[in-house]
Amino acid sequence: MSTPFYVSPQQAMADRAEYARKGIARGRSLVVLQYADGIVFVGENPSRALHKFSEIYDRIGFAAAGKYNEYENLRIGGVRYADLRGYTYDRDDVTARGLANVYAQTLGTIFSSVGEKPYEVELVVAEVGATPEEDQIYRLPHDGSIVDEHGSVAVGGNAEQISTFLDQRHQDGMSLAEALKLAVQALSNQTNGAEREIPAERLEVAVLDRTRPQQRKFKRIVGRQLSRLLQTEEASAEPTEVPSDNDDE
Amino acid sequence: MEANTRGTGRLPAAFLTPGSSSFMDFLSEHSPEMLPGKRVLPPVQGHVEAPHGTTIVAATFPGGVVLAGDRRATMGNMIAQRDIEKVFPADEYSAVGIAGTAGLAVEMVKLFQLELEHFEKVEGATLSLEGKANRLSTMIRGNLGMAMQGLAVVPLFAGYDVDREKGRIFSYDVTGGRSEEHGYAATGSGSIFARGSMKKLYREDLTEQQATTLVVQALYDAADDDSATGGPDVARRIYPIVTVISDEGFRRLTEAESSEIARSILERRLEQPDGPRAALL
Repeated sequence: MSTPFYVSPQQAMADRAEYARKGIARGRSLVVLQYADGIVFVGENPSRALHKFSEIYDRIGFAAAGKYNEYENLRIGGVRYADLRGYTYDRDDVTARGLANVYAQTLGTIFSSVGEKPYEVELVVAEVGATPEEDQIYRLPHDGSIVDEHGSVAVGGNAEQISTFLDQRHQDGMSLAEALKLAVQALSNQTNGAEREIPAERLEVAVLDRTRPQQRKFKRIVGRQLSRLLQTEEASAEPTEVPSDNDDE
Repeated sequence: MEANTRGTGRLPAAFLTPGSSSFMDFLSEHSPEMLPGKRVLPPVQGHVEAPHGTTIVAATFPGGVVLAGDRRATMGNMIAQRDIEKVFPADEYSAVGIAGTAGLAVEMVKLFQLELEHFEKVEGATLSLEGKANRLSTMIRGNLGMAMQGLAVVPLFAGYDVDREKGRIFSYDVTGGRSEEHGYAATGSGSIFARGSMKKLYREDLTEQQATTLVVQALYDAADDDSATGGPDVARRIYPIVTVISDEGFRRLTEAESSEIARSILERRLEQPDGPRAALL
């Protein structure tokens, strides 16, 4: 009988983290940004059917980078979790914080259990509030930690570089067109400093729009609406109305 | 560690098992006790007294369908509730009206709404109208045990078929039997009278406005002859719930709109208590 080699726990964990990070880095990056009326998800996705962003519940959206089958599994798990919770209690009792916690526990347990291969995914769970201050964005790396993000967040291959780019330029109270333009710009920057054009048909865009009258705030932006928003980029130099709580005076 | 997957706070295995897009399938695997159909009712002597919802009516018009219900719930010969709501949106393009045991029916509708929403989120596409109608059928069948003990739920399902571009109505029996109705349909204790009323008043070329008037007329006739159906309550300002589903989606008439229809009918009935007369030949 052969004796297994001794591997120090530090080394074992570092190897697993390295494995997961490499997997995530292979995928394309995506960004999630706050804008005046909600939260916008932007990513490059050649597929129309396999989404990176989706609706979890009324005010909660989901974004994922990494291995499709793994994040799809987590997404469906999240939808089931949210629907069950809303059915047991009330629709208001489903929160992004609760969901992020469950995801963190799940990812963390899988990451540290020797019998399972670590998931090669990085998730973003976002909830749109009644005001921008109440918006919540959580980033969940592969190891089960939770990072509470504000303003903008990037996950996937080039995440660090894109985050830095966004942190410098993102402002509170941007319009949707401005936020979208910034997101596309951030995604077009390549590692070697060059820029490449991402055509509109390769963009996947979705929003959690707090001004939507329906209970479910998640909406995909496609086709003509998307190209219109991308075109208003240039025209958006004119001052947009001040995004404050402009109730009827 | 693996033995107790619940203790760690991670999602239990049932949540991450790929496969079904149905919330009910998931529920029956994860916590079957929460499914209405899985509950065991203890043997009871005699009749179970519980509030019952009464009359629901629906009628199609070119471009959509209207679904309406009165506001009364009865328990035996008592009025249990005057302002109960029995017509609910199922999703953006369909609605369901319920007659029968109110408590069970409301739960069924809640689960049905969730079933449709869950499928939509998981699959990224909506069910066909037939698919939705079949799902409801399954749910009623699940309630058969209760129905045998007198706690039946009999809904009426109406929706706008986006593919065929028209409004459609499905009626059910207690065993889950489903049939598509053409033109108009009614369910509940006052349905006989409501159907008789619509039979004489319905035409295929009704406008949306006329269709809403038709269903309120039918509810008035039902309330006229059935003690369990409530008529418009002018003193308390309780009027029927009227909903319209067209290519623009589900819309519930505001209280002002439905009260206006009810009041105009009431006014005419002061002169002609039996309502409008159809031609004899």
